[in-house]
Amino acid sequence: MRNRRFVEDRITLKYGAGGGAMRALIEQVFAAGFGDVPGGIGLSAMDDGAALPIGDRFLVITTDSHVVQPIFFPGGDIGRLAICGTVNDLAMMGATEPLGLACAAIIEDGFLRTDLERIWTSMRDACTEANTTIITGDTKVMRHGELDRIAITTTGIGLASRVVPDNGLRPGDRILVTGTVGDHGLAILATRGELALETKLVSDVAPLNTMIRRALAVGGAGVVAMKDPTRGGLASALHEMADKSGVCVVLDEPAVPVRDDVRAAGELLGIDPLIVANEGKAVIGLRPEIADAVLDAIRSHPLGRKAAIVGECIADRPGSVIVETGFGRRLLAEPEGELQPRIC
Amino acid sequence: MSELAQLRFRDPARAQSLTATLADRARALGRAEPVSVMHVCGSHEQAIAKFGLRAGFPPELDVIMGPGCPVCVTDVPEVDEAVALAKQGVRVATYGDMLRVPGTSLSLADAHGAGARVEVVYGVAQAVELARTTTDEIVFFASGFETTAVATAAVLLAKPPPNFSILSAHKYIPPVMEIVAEMPGTKIEGFLAAGHAATITGWGVFERFVERHRIPVVVAGFEPLDILAGLVRLVELIGEDTPRVENAFPRCVSREGNLEAQAVLWRVFEPQGGRWRGIAHVPNGNLRLRDEFAQWDARRRFDIDLAPLWDHAPAALVAQCQCGDIMAGIASPHDCGLFGRECTPDNPVGACMVSAEGTCKIWHQYGGHPDLRQIRRRA
Repeated sequence: MRNRRFVEDRITLKYGAGGGAMRALIEQVFAAGFGDVPGGIGLSAMDDGAALPIGDRFLVITTDSHVVQPIFFPGGDIGRLAICGTVNDLAMMGATEPLGLACAAIIEDGFLRTDLERIWTSMRDACTEANTTIITGDTKVMRHGELDRIAITTTGIGLASRVVPDNGLRPGDRILVTGTVGDHGLAILATRGELALETKLVSDVAPLNTMIRRALAVGGAGVVAMKDPTRGGLASALHEMADKSGVCVVLDEPAVPVRDDVRAAGELLGIDPLIVANEGKAVIGLRPEIADAVLDAIRSHPLGRKAAIVGECIADRPGSVIVETGFGRRLLAEPEGELQPRIC
Repeated sequence: MSELAQLRFRDPARAQSLTATLADRARALGRAEPVSVMHVCGSHEQAIAKFGLRAGFPPELDVIMGPGCPVCVTDVPEVDEAVALAKQGVRVATYGDMLRVPGTSLSLADAHGAGARVEVVYGVAQAVELARTTTDEIVFFASGFETTAVATAAVLLAKPPPNFSILSAHKYIPPVMEIVAEMPGTKIEGFLAAGHAATITGWGVFERFVERHRIPVVVAGFEPLDILAGLVRLVELIGEDTPRVENAFPRCVSREGNLEAQAVLWRVFEPQGGRWRGIAHVPNGNLRLRDEFAQWDARRRFDIDLAPLWDHAPAALVAQCQCGDIMAGIASPHDCGLFGRECTPDNPVGACMVSAEGTCKIWHQYGGHPDLRQIRRRA
């Protein structure tokens, strides 16, 4: 990895924003001293999860903590997010049939029981959609003010006959996104704060495993890289895939599906839909010969109707992402820090 | 479909044809060295960077960003005044961009971190609303060019509450163009003027400038096609003998401009000489509240004590900051030893790295001006 950034004395918000600062923190603090997984994928790969070889298959494990403000938002809530986030991380590794989830909830003193029940109802619904369930859990309650209402951590396990890493791209491969980008991030930003933006933006939070299963069934070994573009959005996901694979991704910006209302809110706030979180989308690297077949398979799924091939990989400028804007070319910026709406 | 319906604001085909024309015109000048033109607006640079227009600019043309970011040209003592007020217990409201602009020893964000009350607002009206909900003194630290200054002026004419006042760091663009044009060693042969500012001032405001400096000015909008069309005309005018002002943004800008807005602006503000950060003392470049609005002028309302801030020596890094030369078009961010190393958006040394309209921030975000003209698409 190119990351030569040095982690400072204090961990600030930018280290949780999913960009280069967070990768530096993981490399320099968390992953230091933990070994690789022989024959599988461990922490040092910094993939969506780990893969342990078991017989001729892999046990895939992933964990994710969820904090979101507000906890109920248009299109979902923290509960749905907690299930989908982990189910999707498993799916991105090739484990599309989760064996089960563990769930730890940390709750602030005074939290309403009705809110908790609402969250758990949506967790059950999301589990039903993903055809999985919660099999164990843990509960802590903290004093008032020690936590902002609630944090939920989910851990998932699943089996995969072939693990799909996020670094398998080579020149000539195509890049597919499974639908419109920026929906979740802009819905949350528009809900928050004093902007009083009146929009109908809705989060895309959804479990992707059944759609990914179709893609893998059609594409087989031609599906060479997958990532869910959560924090940092499509920009971060493409940067990471390009960097780890040692290729340049050329993104055809006009081909990237973006809802009109998301684009409008983004222009108003000065925030590019490419750099905000998605919670129900995947970026998939495909060998060119199976790209169209996988696109058709994904479009046949209700969550994949707007899927599109949005780019290809080249050998020039490895590690970078070039945007063909339709008007010219630029390098795609990797998002850093907290998103602040532009002021003027 | 009617012909009108087919007209597209963002039409790549038109952009390609304008880009080709721009290359033709620039080549037709027949120069050995690239010809340099300057725009004076962060929104122009944002659009150029975001749409990747530079990859299509011909090598014969150098498009430089000048002092077009109001946050960046806010002088250090002006930031110090806001910080001092905040530390004196006054609630200071300002745009989010201003928060992290370094002062002599502190930024407003630092003051906030140390317990001062600093509020981010999205506009002056929100600061007035804040003043209405409290008996606390609310000072709006007002930055921005003539466009934003009109909004500030309108609020004062509407008689804001008595606990509200303005710390004006408003600046006026036309005078600084004179400064840049007169800088020794300047290579600038034409200006692309900002369409939104000209909506207020009218394009006529540039006529005297053109007469004095014999440099053409083209007023341009902010869509990619606006910018390309404006540059084509600018390069054409450079090739002609008689420099003049041309309006390439006629759907918004007239010769006279918005007379009502001008009346509001000059009723409340008067031009005053003042320093622009890193650039120079600009005669008539600052906007000061007229005497009849003294009761809302934070400088006259409060005794602002800057001494405690100036007792700390300025950080050594600031001395190396090249924001001034960068905004004057003499240096590029890559000429600055701090760029991307000590000075990043997370940890800015100069104001140009703070604002979304600052040259350094835009270069940092979009990777500067990488040469992406030749990229092999097939492996």
